[in-house]
Amino acid sequence: MTDQTMTLAEKNHSWTRAKTGWAIFAAACLLAIGNSVLPAGLVRPPEWLVLPFADWINAIFAFLRDDLGLLYLTRAFADGVEWLLDVTANLLYGKNRWPRIGPIPWTVIASIGFVIGYALQGWRLSLLTGGTFVWIAVMGQWKWAMETLSVIVVAAPFSILFGLVMGICAWRSKTFERILNPILNIAQSLPHFAYMIPVVVFIGVGPKAGAIVTIIFSVPPMIRMSLLGLRKVPHEVIESGHMCGSTRWQLLRHVRIPTARTEILVGVNQVIMQCLAMVVLASFIGMPGLGQKLLQLLQALKIGRSVEIGITIVLLAVMLDRCTKAWATKQPEHFEKGTSFAVRNKFLLLGAGLSLACLVLAQFIPLMDQIGRRDAFTISKPIDAVADWFIVLIDPITQWLRWFLITWVLIPIRDAFLWMPYAAVLALLAAAGWAIGGLRSALVCLAFFGLIAMSGWWDRAMITVYTVVVAVSIAAVIGFPLGIWGSFHEKRAALALLICDTLQTFPSFIYLIPVVMLFGVNDVAVIGAVVLFAAVPLVRYTIEGLRQVPETLIEAADMSGATRSQTLWKVRLPMALPTIMVGVNQSVMFSLFMVIIAAFIGTQDLGQEMQRALSSTDVGKGLVLGLAVAFMGLMVDHLVTTWAKTKKEALGLE
Amino acid sequence: MTAATPVISCKNVWKLFGANPEQYLKSLTGNPGFDEIRQAGYIAAVRDVSLEIAKGEMLVIMGLSGSGKSTFVRCLSRLIDITGGEVRVEGQNIGDMSEKELIDLRRNKMGMVFQSFGLLPHRTVLDNVAFPLEMRGQDRHERRARALEVIELVGLSGREDYFPRELSGGQQQRVGIARSLAIEPDIWFLDEPFSALDPLIRREMQDEFLRLQEMLGKTIVFITHDFDEALRLADRIAIMKDGVVEQCATPDQIVLNPATEYVAKFTEEIEKSRVVHAGVLAREVNGHSLTGTPIGEKQTISELARLLVNDSRDFLPVANTAGSLIGAMSRQEALDVLLGEAS
Repeated sequence: MTDQTMTLAEKNHSWTRAKTGWAIFAAACLLAIGNSVLPAGLVRPPEWLVLPFADWINAIFAFLRDDLGLLYLTRAFADGVEWLLDVTANLLYGKNRWPRIGPIPWTVIASIGFVIGYALQGWRLSLLTGGTFVWIAVMGQWKWAMETLSVIVVAAPFSILFGLVMGICAWRSKTFERILNPILNIAQSLPHFAYMIPVVVFIGVGPKAGAIVTIIFSVPPMIRMSLLGLRKVPHEVIESGHMCGSTRWQLLRHVRIPTARTEILVGVNQVIMQCLAMVVLASFIGMPGLGQKLLQLLQALKIGRSVEIGITIVLLAVMLDRCTKAWATKQPEHFEKGTSFAVRNKFLLLGAGLSLACLVLAQFIPLMDQIGRRDAFTISKPIDAVADWFIVLIDPITQWLRWFLITWVLIPIRDAFLWMPYAAVLALLAAAGWAIGGLRSALVCLAFFGLIAMSGWWDRAMITVYTVVVAVSIAAVIGFPLGIWGSFHEKRAALALLICDTLQTFPSFIYLIPVVMLFGVNDVAVIGAVVLFAAVPLVRYTIEGLRQVPETLIEAADMSGATRSQTLWKVRLPMALPTIMVGVNQSVMFSLFMVIIAAFIGTQDLGQEMQRALSSTDVGKGLVLGLAVAFMGLMVDHLVTTWAKTKKEALGLE
Repeated sequence: MTAATPVISCKNVWKLFGANPEQYLKSLTGNPGFDEIRQAGYIAAVRDVSLEIAKGEMLVIMGLSGSGKSTFVRCLSRLIDITGGEVRVEGQNIGDMSEKELIDLRRNKMGMVFQSFGLLPHRTVLDNVAFPLEMRGQDRHERRARALEVIELVGLSGREDYFPRELSGGQQQRVGIARSLAIEPDIWFLDEPFSALDPLIRREMQDEFLRLQEMLGKTIVFITHDFDEALRLADRIAIMKDGVVEQCATPDQIVLNPATEYVAKFTEEIEKSRVVHAGVLAREVNGHSLTGTPIGEKQTISELARLLVNDSRDFLPVANTAGSLIGAMSRQEALDVLLGEAS
């Protein structure tokens, strides 16, 4: 068969695909129009269709917990973790446990921070790392921050080790990878709360539960990155290892893992960021620390104090991110011959010297040891004043916006989503699936949403869908133009990417502070938080996609006499579209997560039910709700990746 | 093993890529072509290759990309398992070796240099070169001493503590060469070692390589896609196309008598007089009267050009390096090589 007939056949194929898609779409429209005359079984899932998944899951968990005695195993593991947590808690904030030598004076930790930052990248990072600790101490948040950090210090190494081992197993065994992959996919799209409920059942509440949920939550990216890194080791490097007579173990230990260093360290970075995000949220299951304080302050609407805590969390996030990234990209450098021990180990010596000095000084100057609440600074009063002034200033606007959005946008759209018969929604998704990826994709869409229908949470799920649809649409209206504008100049693009990257490191919780401040506790605030959170990846990938268009193509367009807008619409955007769609995909994922988190400021969707499941420790219900959210994400992910893949192939990008 | 046993011998070596290559190979009858095999869904990287490499010989395998030359050299070291035939190294069938025996063989007998160097990015020059010694468990001081020795041999003294990315391409390949020599291998595989380098550096590295080989006298399999490089370095050249060796002979013979049209395409543009040696043109004396000083067998025709044009003898005596007469060279034949056949 010649190439030409191939493409022709392909064209024919996709034509029929699109036609089938439209046909199903028409059917969906018919179903929607005929809403009032449809039999009840097509409007809402009939009772016989709703399966008691929750009861089944509960039965399984009860079996695991009581009959198999898994509870003892988990409790034993939890006790081990608790012992470690006690050690770090004693060292970092002086909890009265073995080894009873803490707390380490804050100046010692801050000076180590300065040195590590300097060793990794130079004085800028040094100021960031050291400065963060100084800020925490001076603002009197030392204990809370250390409660948070003590969990990360224990959880992150567990996740890293576990993830690396799993990654190696998946790399060794194709079968293992095939089993692991779907589990990872679901795990990475389950909302945070879905993880907490089983942990509460098996472990209870408090720091150790927080640590364990953090470990579980942060493992998947480590597995992914280890696998990616091991796959990416150049063929010739491995062959050279073979020819040097390495055994399999030597090859893994000396050749593969060190060569995959960068990817593995990127995995470490992701683990730590996930840990921070989860630790903050774990306040919902009684994890003390910054997250719990923030939650209390937000619920009490103490804006100034919550901004202070927010800044601390943001600083910690940015610091941890920058440090681990610097570590990942740091390349080894040699010392000239005859360099003395002192020069070769200057950072180690400097760190040790500074710590020792601070330790000694702290014995004489109490303020260098600890800063109590009474001596701490606070900027909450001025922040409150500014916030009050600002809120009063823009109150007419926010009031109007709130009224407009609620009456004219949110409620009508929500009602429309709830009015749609479920059969019409399923047909609509099948149509989209068929148009994009043929029968297979249509079935995937049907399966995911069919299961949601069968879970019995259809109305709640539709409210989640409506929130996400509205939020992502608004985010797109803001994000795309911003991204296009940002991509026009190199410097502007670099700055915008830096801002987006930084915003992406913030734990999702942080985004609630400004919206609660502006809109109070209601639907608009939820949408606002989700829009903020979802716009970031859109801007980021729009810029990235547009910047990645090959220079020669743009030059060719210029030489063809294209104007700037012609180049944008005819060359740059079509080429960038697959990358932009990755942004859309991420944006949807982020909004799903955010919608669920935002539940505690008042929504009526799956998130609210999940909070209820959490407080009544109903594992079955919690997991069913979590999976419903995961399925939404996975369906969108499937559609977008399928679409992007065909598009990329068509553009010859892959 | 006697002195006559070749160091490496391959008999009917096949390498097919595809779903079930062993079974497919068994079902083959006759000698199907490359395209025929592709129709069946298999890629034939090496087809029925039989070769022998003698001790101390430098065999250059020349072919364009996709000719199967890199796959073939990996069959010789069993980096790739072959589909059919057998490869013997010093008389031992390497296909039958256990993993442990194979590792032992590589730790003591084989060295390999790679096109994109294959250096470990996290190790210094010294640690890269010492890596094969570390693998076989030599102690730190011995390792260091030996590594420094080879580093000096390839002219990288003073760079021991550099990391690979701090070196230029040529220097990185010197590290690769040093590493492959660290265990004092008898057999040296070089897979397009200079292809990733600039032309000037490549030339310099070739000279360096010839100097090393003169000193070490290893058995060498050298892969290249550059015909000039092959002519410059080889004792024998094997020209590969679509997995088959089209011709395997000395450079002189290839230039003088290309076996196939494909080989002829390479030799067309080559100045033969720079390749052909007097010794190759020497015939039996057969009663010709030979007078005057003999010429050396290792001299190329282009080196003898002035003599050939000015001399009046019809036949010139040719002597080997020891000085004894080995035959007579027809001046006319030599002039034909120099100037092209008279049309």
